Amino acid sequence: MKFRAKIVDAASLNHFTRVSNMIAKLAKTCTLRIIPDKLNFILSDKLANGGVSMWCELEQENFFSEFQMEGVSAENNEIYLELTSENLSRALKTAQNARTLKIKLTNKHFPCLTVSVELLSVSSSSRIVTHDIPIKVIPRKLWKDLQEPVVPHPDVSIYLPVLKTMKSVVEKMKNISNHLVIEANLNGELNMKIETELVCVTTHFKDLGNPPLASENASQDRNPEQMAEVHLDIRKLLQFLVGQQANPTKALCNIVRNKMVHFDLLHEDVSLQYFIPALS
Amino acid sequence: VQSFLSVFRSLAMLERTVEKCCISLNSRNSRLVVQLHCKYGVRKTHNLSFQDCESLQAVFDPASCPHMLHAPARVLGEAVLPFPPALAEVTLGIGHGHRVILRSYQEEEADSTVKTMMTEMSIGEEDFQQLQAQEGVAVTFCLKEFRGLLSFAESANLNLSIHFDAPGRPAIFTIKDSLLDAHFVLATLSETDPHSKDLGSPEPAPQLQDYSTPHLDDFANDDIDSYMIAMETTTGGESSRALPSVSLSPGPQPSHSPDPHSEEEDEAEPSTVPGTPPPKKFRSLFFGSILAPVHSPQGPSPVLAEDSEGEG
Repeated sequence: MKFRAKIVDAASLNHFTRVSNMIAKLAKTCTLRIIPDKLNFILSDKLANGGVSMWCELEQENFFSEFQMEGVSAENNEIYLELTSENLSRALKTAQNARTLKIKLTNKHFPCLTVSVELLSVSSSSRIVTHDIPIKVIPRKLWKDLQEPVVPHPDVSIYLPVLKTMKSVVEKMKNISNHLVIEANLNGELNMKIETELVCVTTHFKDLGNPPLASENASQDRNPEQMAEVHLDIRKLLQFLVGQQANPTKALCNIVRNKMVHFDLLHEDVSLQYFIPALS
Repeated sequence: VQSFLSVFRSLAMLERTVEKCCISLNSRNSRLVVQLHCKYGVRKTHNLSFQDCESLQAVFDPASCPHMLHAPARVLGEAVLPFPPALAEVTLGIGHGHRVILRSYQEEEADSTVKTMMTEMSIGEEDFQQLQAQEGVAVTFCLKEFRGLLSFAESANLNLSIHFDAPGRPAIFTIKDSLLDAHFVLATLSETDPHSKDLGSPEPAPQLQDYSTPHLDDFANDDIDSYMIAMETTTGGESSRALPSVSLSPGPQPSHSPDPHSEEEDEAEPSTVPGTPPPKKFRSLFFGSILAPVHSPQGPSPVLAEDSEGEG
């Protein structure tokens, strides 16, 4: 099993750092999956995560000038590693003024992802920072739990408002209640509601637009005004929103009534899917 | 120290308003009197109570230390940036190619399954104005204190000299300019106690010559393959994700006997990092200098003074 990759340009390095910062905000521990043309950051929907799951995908050639991997075997040419997300983002933080960044799989007393950064230096000498991030290699037996989630057919699919706005609304709502209802319809309307004994607060977003319906049988007869709602733990929604630093190129929300909310984002060329289950 | 500092807390305010500062001792009332004579006839008097105490005199002599390095504090200040803020101790030493290495020091607990990230900073000797030390020497000391004295030296734009000796002997950090002469003495981790090891001969403290200093050219071979074979066969029947840590525990490592100049070892693990942690034997005095660092020592505890009377 081998993995080594190199980034030599500042833009790619910053982009990769931003992705890793986002992952660190979304999941404390995650799985890094390496295949010849892609990298995935995965959070599987275990009880430990509160049922939240995440699938982040990037094309390696958009970032790395060199990329070599050899999976567990020829038929299973994949590598699954578990790591603490913050370690990666911390390691990349030191690469802000780097000439080159190298990542590779090593075994230093225990398996590590070694991030090696050559820093720009005023003098002729170079400074090298090396971080050994401890990882756990995930055996083949467990790969089935880490596959790309199947997106169930949504009741409503809608484009999201500016995420920063959503975040500040949710942040304030969190002070009032932990139970949030998110609902949307095919008329470009999305509402976020919280309700307590004393107060009921709803924030309305209009004219958001809905993506064209995927299937024809979807709803010629369905009332576009009809809302599909999901009850969520507000903290899970907030954690998702806090992780989005920049406004994405594309942001879609799929609601499966009373079951889950699926966020489908595209940050430049990195896709992020985030699933929050309904409160039981 | 805190009460004394609070008098001078706002530098901006002091620069703007204070014309004169008088410090005197009122031994009758056991008060240190700090009087700030400010503009417009305003006078601020601070009475700080004090207690007489025994003063510890540290015995140290930078000249007796065989190893020394000298550089602008900024170089070292930048060098400690990549380390996590919570990291307690750091190892400083000389590695391959006479590079100065700073490496995070983790006290490994044998039964700990949670591994922490290791960070290493490698600086070329050209960044140092003076470097008098051979490859392989290394000492480990408190990073928090080091950061404290570095930020002081950096803010005054001064150079720093580090004098050190064998592990266990104090490391002396000196800063000098026209106004002050500061010596910061930090204890360093001593070598492993021979009795605590079951590997026979006592392992020396981390030998930096064996540490990986990534070369600037491309990667050498990884070692992960042999580990993977072991892992796949062991976890074949299990569904647990736990690593077979048994195979990783630093038992005798025949393939990695100290061979510092072997080229294949470049990217391999540091072979002589002891598996069981060296007990923290701070045999030397831990002493803040005449100009105490801004941060109060929270470093390695407890502090042991040689031949102390009755202290714990």
